[in-house]
Amino acid sequence: MSTLFDILASAGLWAAVLRIATPLILGTLGALLSERAGVLHLGIEGIMTFGAMIGWLAVYHGADLWTGFLVAALAGAAFGLLHALLTVSLGLSQHVAGLGVTLFAASFAYYVFRMLVPVAGTPPTIVPFQPLDIPGLTAIPFFGPAFFAQTAPTYLAILLAIALGYLLKRTPLGLAIRMTGENPHAAEAQGINPVAVRYGAVIAGSALMGMAGAFLTLSAFNSFFPTMVQGRGWICIALVVFASWRPGRALLGALLFAFFDGVQLRLQPALNGIVPYQLFLMIPYLMSIVALAVMARRARVPQALMQPYRRGER
Amino acid sequence: MRFERRDHRPLALVIATSVLAVIAALALSGILIALAGAPVLEAYRRILIGAFGSRLSTTETLTRTAPLMLTGLAAAVAFRARLWNIGAEGQLYLGAITVAAASSHLLGGLPSAVQIPLLLLLGAMAGMVLLLVPLWLRLRFQVDEVVTTLILNFVALLFVSMLIDTVLKDPTAFGWPQSQSVADAAMLPKLLARSRLHIGILVAAALAILIHLVQSRTVFGLQSRAAGLNPAGAVFAGVPLGATLVKVACLSGGLAGLAGAIEVMGVKGYVTTDLSPGYGYSGIVVAMLAGLNPLGVVLAALFSAIMFVGADGMSRALRIPSYIADVTVALSLLTMLVALFFTQYRIRR
Amino acid sequence: MSTPLLEIAGVSKRFGANLANDDISLTLAKGEIVALLGENGAGKTTLMSILFGHYVPDAGTVSVDGAVLPPGKPRAAIRAGIGMVHQHFALAPNLTVLENIMTGTEPLWSLSARKGQARAKLAALSARFGLKVDPHARLGDLSVGEQQRVEILKALYNDARILVLDEPTAVLTRAEAEHLFATLKDMARQGLSLIFISHKLDEVMATADRIVVLRGGRKVAERRAAETSKAELAELMVGRTVVRPVREPATPGPVVLEAVGVTLRQSGVDRLKAVDFRLRAGEVLGIIGVSGNGQAELARLLCGTARPTSGDLLLFGKPVGEPGVAGLVEAGIGRVPEDRNKEGAIGDMAVWENAVLERLPRFSRHGLVARKAGMAFAQDIIARFDVRGGGPSTRIRLLSGGNMQKLILGRNLIDRPQILIAAQPARGLDEGAVAAVHERILEARRAGTAVLLISEDLEEVMALADRIQAITGGRLSPPIAAEAADTRTLGLMISGEWTAAKETAHAL
Repeated sequence: MSTLFDILASAGLWAAVLRIATPLILGTLGALLSERAGVLHLGIEGIMTFGAMIGWLAVYHGADLWTGFLVAALAGAAFGLLHALLTVSLGLSQHVAGLGVTLFAASFAYYVFRMLVPVAGTPPTIVPFQPLDIPGLTAIPFFGPAFFAQTAPTYLAILLAIALGYLLKRTPLGLAIRMTGENPHAAEAQGINPVAVRYGAVIAGSALMGMAGAFLTLSAFNSFFPTMVQGRGWICIALVVFASWRPGRALLGALLFAFFDGVQLRLQPALNGIVPYQLFLMIPYLMSIVALAVMARRARVPQALMQPYRRGER
Repeated sequence: MRFERRDHRPLALVIATSVLAVIAALALSGILIALAGAPVLEAYRRILIGAFGSRLSTTETLTRTAPLMLTGLAAAVAFRARLWNIGAEGQLYLGAITVAAASSHLLGGLPSAVQIPLLLLLGAMAGMVLLLVPLWLRLRFQVDEVVTTLILNFVALLFVSMLIDTVLKDPTAFGWPQSQSVADAAMLPKLLARSRLHIGILVAAALAILIHLVQSRTVFGLQSRAAGLNPAGAVFAGVPLGATLVKVACLSGGLAGLAGAIEVMGVKGYVTTDLSPGYGYSGIVVAMLAGLNPLGVVLAALFSAIMFVGADGMSRALRIPSYIADVTVALSLLTMLVALFFTQYRIRR
Repeated sequence: MSTPLLEIAGVSKRFGANLANDDISLTLAKGEIVALLGENGAGKTTLMSILFGHYVPDAGTVSVDGAVLPPGKPRAAIRAGIGMVHQHFALAPNLTVLENIMTGTEPLWSLSARKGQARAKLAALSARFGLKVDPHARLGDLSVGEQQRVEILKALYNDARILVLDEPTAVLTRAEAEHLFATLKDMARQGLSLIFISHKLDEVMATADRIVVLRGGRKVAERRAAETSKAELAELMVGRTVVRPVREPATPGPVVLEAVGVTLRQSGVDRLKAVDFRLRAGEVLGIIGVSGNGQAELARLLCGTARPTSGDLLLFGKPVGEPGVAGLVEAGIGRVPEDRNKEGAIGDMAVWENAVLERLPRFSRHGLVARKAGMAFAQDIIARFDVRGGGPSTRIRLLSGGNMQKLILGRNLIDRPQILIAAQPARGLDEGAVAAVHERILEARRAGTAVLLISEDLEEVMALADRIQAITGGRLSPPIAAEAADTRTLGLMISGEWTAAKETAHAL
């Protein structure tokens, strides 16, 4: 028990929670935006992998960190375009198309990485984002190192969650996106082009997914290695349901997840030899399944999710 | 431009679709090969040589075909009933570890004739159990099984990793996390001496034919097809939706579990966490390429195996990352989807 | 006469082999109500979709105030003042009324939606046209009538001068429909122009100034309402005189199906409340009502896909346990679902597979499907029920609605069932197919089958049923004899006024 208390009382845990949460926040927002317009986006896992690789590669080749982030976002957007082509224009199964995008983006990422970065004993590294020193806040005992010693992309992710919440709730564009996800025929009857809205949402959402991946290599770690995304994309998809398609709740959900993940990471060494570490690693996955089971029926699913839209076909 | 649904889909068109999709995928990955600075046609030639150039490579390709056929069948039977089982990878591992555990601790003393069928059955059952969990969640809580089966892949792999690190660890493996080996009597007979080719491929092919018959001739086949095409219509016609899906899940999970069992009993004899190079995920591609037809799965699995084995040889010769095989297989899923679209719809203006 | 407000000139549209609109022209003046009359498939909805920019016509133009609208641009149509009230409402259930109405009305890229202004404008419109609705209600929580109000308000909110209503009364009770038409006339008086699409002669005659009749994609006639008659319109619309079969008097047999206080509770709501009825052999019992009042649930209950929460269902005098679909089919009960595409058929399966799917125990041995016997069964149905457009191995999706329905009726009637549950059996069919379906139902009645007919169509029920019960809010009225039923009485019964029914009930 005292171990658990020590962990909870350490600023390091809370700093880690925010760090672990960041890619989940970005990825969940991306998937959420896409789903709000009616398109399930299972390309997320692959796009995160590609974003992690390409962002890192850009920086490795001399770009600055923000350029790396931007490159990852653009690459994500490109895969988003592909997913939109398949699911919106062609109206193919969103499940299968998304898995196809994931398989392609991930294997393409490994291919490019291997092509451009020679095999080496230890993977090459870059200098990642450093924690920001916020005058007046970072210096506060405990709270400073716990909550105000993050890298810039973490704050960006939190801001984006708030911005996306505002966009969906309060702006004409947000209304258009929501209506497209609820009933694209209704949107069209109001003079909105559902195809354009879906394209936009999928592409923008994919850019967020690319950024989520880039955070892993440009901030959380400093190198790229295959399988580093480790199902985070799928957890994001679960978090969207858990958040009932609301950005604010997505932020909270990601933080909650990260909290458990952070705690288990710190419990591992304490219980080493008593409990196999794999059991701890299972926790986030099992939690996301439990979250789905608890929320699936309660959540207000966008009514047109996974329904292709073709003009004139009802 | 509009798309209009085709009324008829001739068989020749369906077959042409798959062939076209594969050619398109190869052409696209040709661009990537060229980008890496290698001669494209030479690369294709090397892939064929890598896959069939010698007795060793040919048997290796066929050895790889077996698990791909089984995971492909697992996806095909599930998708047909609109059960999105993306968890074949995890089911495969669970099947594998079950076989390793059972043979090394319980059944190792039994003669082959008894032990092998028993182990295959146990492996299949392990796969079933892992798929029944997400199915139960879907039927009980309406949880989309795509996400749960995907996530369970990671759980299953961690579970296997835990077992081979602890209770099932092979003490003679110099500290490597590796399971204890199955008994010699549990190893599948070889099809060819001095090769790794075992009877697994025959088992898989026989199952493909059997499943084809089940789907086209039996009440269960008709009902599961109805359940997939139109659940509301199926319910109205008295198809027990839940029970049908449970049967489909048993079949699908069982096939994936069997893939793991056969891989252990046919090739390695023990389990590590790199037993499968993504057979479960490739199975999805195989199933789609086959148009969800069990007989088509045989050919689609062979194509994937050629890519994987051939690309290994090619990458060594031309210094192209062997990941090109994964890229090509993934691309063929995407091109197949597009091609399928054009066989179902025709363009008008 | 000055330039008309709206002019549709020479519009043609082809879908594959089907010429949906063939050189159609029509005009609309300010303050005028024009009815577009025609059967299903006459091309009414296609024409209106072109008008609204959903479809691009192959030829012809739409102009408002003399200016030609760009084809295929709903936005341009909205801006020109055309507002569409869809039959299947174009509304988003999870959004509020206000959100539904204001979506798309502001520049997409502005930073904040002006909800205050929107609310005020909506309130003004509500008051002016007497269309009351709570702007903050979630749309999915509203009744069908209220949703239609929102749909109309949405068009008015976009400053529509031309309002197009597609089959506006299809989902309304008689009282609601009368209220709607009063509103529409009021709108015309206030200077709006209206086009409404319908196949119901009564409402067309009562409401429109001018009537345009479409048939087979062509405009076949145009009449002033004052100068025509229902009989003339009917003949113009159908193109020939279709004689619907007539029910002959008969003496019903014993009670074969009985409901005693049956209640069906679903997700916390009583969809059926203590429902009673008795169905006799050789009679047609009609259940009339507006959709959403429990017909669908009643049909599901009797078709074996739902179970009563309380009360008893007696089949041939014995309580039904939990027979399910298989048990009912086994017991000789034929079932025609209300939605043939969703429930009645599996579009991508062959005709023969659709014929045997619900009677697989009969068409299988040791788990193997008896394909030959199934094909023969399907061939038999095709021959005896005059199903056209394909053979046993044709995918059923390729059949027309009428032929699909004949197949569904055929697979049930071919073995002379004791009971037939038919939900909306003629919905969406053209006049010829309706007559064919009615004839089959009456034929079954003559053969002694007890028919429970669930329908929204007054004429259908009056033509076929021996006794009629109305369903309102999940309650079933006492039965009245068909002879005692006229449109007015039935209209009242549907709206929940059962006094007329109660007076005659004890006689039955």
